[in-house]
Amino acid sequence: MALLEIDELKVGFHTEAGLLRAVDGVSFSLEKGRTLGLVGESGCGKSVTASSILRLVPVPPGEILGGAIRFNGVDILRLPAKDLPSIRGKDVAMIFQDPMTSLNPVYTIEKQLGEVLKLRFGLDRNAARARAIGILAKVGIADPESRLTNYPHELSGGMKQRVMIAMALACEPHLLIADEPTTALDVTVQAQILNLIRALQKDTGAAVLFITHDMGVVAEMCDDVAVMYAGRIVERGDVHAIFKRSQHPYTKGLLKSLPQKGAVKKAALPTIEGVVPSLLNPPAHCRFADRCWKRKRLSDAEQKRCFSEDPKLRVHDAGLVACHFPVTAGEQP
Amino acid sequence: MSNTSKTPLLRVEGLKKYYPVRGGVFAAKVGDVRAVDDVSFTVAPGETLGLVGESGCGKSTLGRTIMRLEEPTAGHVYFEGNDIATANKSALFQLRREIQAVFQDPYSSLNPRMTIGEIVREPLVVHKVGSKAEQIEAVRALLETVGLTGEMLDRYPHEFSGGQRQRIGVARALALGPKLVIADEPVSALDVSVRSQILNLMVRLQRERNLAYIFISHDLSVVEHISDSIAIMYLGRIVEIGPAAEVFAKPAHPYTRVLMAAIPVADPDQRRTTEPLKGEPPSPVAPPPGCPFHPRCAYAIDACRAAVPPLEPVKAGAPNLELGREHLAACIRKHEI
Repeated sequence: MALLEIDELKVGFHTEAGLLRAVDGVSFSLEKGRTLGLVGESGCGKSVTASSILRLVPVPPGEILGGAIRFNGVDILRLPAKDLPSIRGKDVAMIFQDPMTSLNPVYTIEKQLGEVLKLRFGLDRNAARARAIGILAKVGIADPESRLTNYPHELSGGMKQRVMIAMALACEPHLLIADEPTTALDVTVQAQILNLIRALQKDTGAAVLFITHDMGVVAEMCDDVAVMYAGRIVERGDVHAIFKRSQHPYTKGLLKSLPQKGAVKKAALPTIEGVVPSLLNPPAHCRFADRCWKRKRLSDAEQKRCFSEDPKLRVHDAGLVACHFPVTAGEQP
Repeated sequence: MSNTSKTPLLRVEGLKKYYPVRGGVFAAKVGDVRAVDDVSFTVAPGETLGLVGESGCGKSTLGRTIMRLEEPTAGHVYFEGNDIATANKSALFQLRREIQAVFQDPYSSLNPRMTIGEIVREPLVVHKVGSKAEQIEAVRALLETVGLTGEMLDRYPHEFSGGQRQRIGVARALALGPKLVIADEPVSALDVSVRSQILNLMVRLQRERNLAYIFISHDLSVVEHISDSIAIMYLGRIVEIGPAAEVFAKPAHPYTRVLMAAIPVADPDQRRTTEPLKGEPPSPVAPPPGCPFHPRCAYAIDACRAAVPPLEPVKAGAPNLELGREHLAACIRKHEI
């Protein structure tokens, strides 16, 4: 049994314009000790998927429309609200792009970190303090003892990120959900934080779900990758397969639109023309069809299929792909 | 380089921007934040200078000080020979026609209460260019130039996506036919697929209009793609500058090297294994003595703490070309490491 199993998850938001289907049938599983990257552009549903695991989607306007999220075999979506604290922060911890999502501005670091440790392990004040100092040192904070007396605003961005990670890891979670944890940081600090997450994962054997839009960070951090587009996973596979032999035209297009090292300066970059379809009323056929570079090269009969049939995520070559006509070796946008 | 004889469009000399730090009962000045500290470079017509550095290094302040949106503390900014830093109000008004800006956030940089037509037309109104009918015709043409349609004139910013808004921002910047556009993180807020569209647009406009860009960004891969020259900033100073291809191929300053090593590559076979840099940049209020990078530098020796190293040619005995054409680095050990 996998540590985390998400099965046909559907999450919607009730808006003035109608029901917006932010996540529309997402399935994946994550094993202990593995890192899965959930990637895609803004609005693709990656963060909503991640928030659903801890039931952090606000209801209303949000609504879980269907599916299951099994953690150690227990369906989190069907758990009574009173049992949620036993999962949140204990078995599953989450870190965010903005550390102030997790940190309370009016309490010192000692108070916040100590509270977590008291609740989780039943430690008294002195034991919690000693443990807190140890954890802060572990996440690379210099002079952890004096940092305990600081308030969050007295710390730099990178340091706040470290404290948030310290709080997430203090509980020794089995699953860490990292939602764009380094997007707001400078590259040198990002490199430090990524190293930290990797080292701690190696230490504890936790599984990591890494949500990001940065393909460089995915390549560096993840074992497996799931690419999302318009509320669905369009491709899933081993990180090497995704980067070297992407099968979905969207994945391929996304990777090709990045400036390549050593390429001709100022040469036109491949682009993905058009816009993401509205999730208020998504098409019943392939959601990427009208932007697809590969579709344009197909025969009329084949194109008809792209515009009539909804491709299901299916096993193909080394991974899973939701496309009627997956990209073959050597094909370029 | 082939066009070394070209007169620069912009020549920045010894530019400084300090902000006073006040403290105590009478809010007396107790120090300076040296946001921009003795910066010099040139930009040639039709070329792109990429300005790179981490947050707080002063790259945005430098851009704003060049346009005199911030008053410089010292130094000169010559645009076609005229000093922006000392220009009077009317001269500055004229110079602003030639230098325009594009900002990072296409959501907050467009007035939500103005239509797209009004936003793009505003510079023409302020500078009294043409009749109203001519202005509207010009706006239509500008929108088409940036890949939008003239029918969008009467719509409001919220009806557009991030990429479209950035196109509107570019159209507004081009309205007065500037020779230099200062673009501060113009694609950082955009998704990858949209980012490449805006970069392609900027390159096309540069070719068509012989535009010069100062392209400010923390994203080295984007800068490498678009820049002819590149300047790396650290704690208010340029630590390395030169032709982009040369700086990327043979970075000379230790900071440039760690910055390049820190960027994750979109290739799982090229995973970074080492931690490139310890700690965080020191405060610009109390910069360390000597080389600003020495406290974090793996190669620092005693001499690095003694004096700020000057920007000097990386290639020993290189001909003393115009600044920005040759590869310079501010490191006393650049020939040893």
